[in-house]
Amino acid sequence: MSIAIYILVMAGVTYLIRMLPFTLFRKKIKSKFIQSVLYYIPYAVLSAMTFPAIFYSTGNSITAAVGTAVAVILAYFKLPLIVVSIAACVAAFAAGLVI
Amino acid sequence: MRKPFSRGITHGIPIALGYFSVSFGFGIVAVQSGLRAIEAVIISLTNLTSAGQAMGVAVIAAGGTLVEMAVTQLVINLRYALMAISLSQKLDDSFTTPHRLLAAYGITDEIFAVAAAQDCKIKPSYMYGMISISAAGWVGGTLAGAVANMLLPASLTAAMGIMLYGMFIAIIVSPAKSNHKVLTVVAIAAAFSSVFKYLLPAVSLGFAIIISSVAAAVIGAILFPVETSETEEKAQ
Repeated sequence: MSIAIYILVMAGVTYLIRMLPFTLFRKKIKSKFIQSVLYYIPYAVLSAMTFPAIFYSTGNSITAAVGTAVAVILAYFKLPLIVVSIAACVAAFAAGLVI
Repeated sequence: MRKPFSRGITHGIPIALGYFSVSFGFGIVAVQSGLRAIEAVIISLTNLTSAGQAMGVAVIAAGGTLVEMAVTQLVINLRYALMAISLSQKLDDSFTTPHRLLAAYGITDEIFAVAAAQDCKIKPSYMYGMISISAAGWVGGTLAGAVANMLLPASLTAAMGIMLYGMFIAIIVSPAKSNHKVLTVVAIAAAFSSVFKYLLPAVSLGFAIIISSVAAAVIGAILFPVETSETEEKAQ
């Protein structure tokens, strides 16, 4: 089967999943419960995606742990996203050189 | 205050860098699965999602049916529907239907999370700034991975794998530090996710993330319902 048709189906389904609710959903949600869930969802998604996956993100759990620690400390002191992100990478890379 | 578009670009830079390293790996996998570089690039440009694309390439490589392709994409990417609904609550009035049709393309986990954490209404130009640079990183990384497996020393590409997560940590630690409700939800989500990883490895990653985060958010909503004013001005 042509790869182009696969890609078309793949991209079409993925776009519709995003587009339909984004375009059709116009009402303000009144329910306090739903509002609360939606308030917590982004933090919950990011946390679930990060832990424990971050400890496997560099192929070495020790360098990953070093990078994680640096990221948490810098984030605690409210440094910008990109600084935290690059510092975690540099710390993991440096730890890899030391090991 | 900076223009929304350039603010979107700035917020998108760490996403783009993280995407570059992830899609670099996707580019390598796609080519190894028998796709041409241009096909890998088109997939990244039209899908803008990691897990879904990896699964899609696997379906293509296995010669699966189109129904199989559609169903796997639906299941893996269903979380975007949830995010789209959540984000639709924060849109500025200038977000008309054409803008929604266009910006819907760029609803990813990371773009959603950063946009949802903003303390103001979301304008189309802000989304376009963040989406364009993120997509450039995603597509560029795919191309780089597909055409050159040896661009960087392996020790560096390995370390780059943590960048995306470093950004996630930056987003969640700051509010969790000053808000014990957010901290509790974050801890519950991480705990559930770890349970899936170590005790229930049969559950696919996509489902594990969906179940963990929805369960944590529901528990948070039951334990600590938030006031409307609080959802309007999210802690940064």
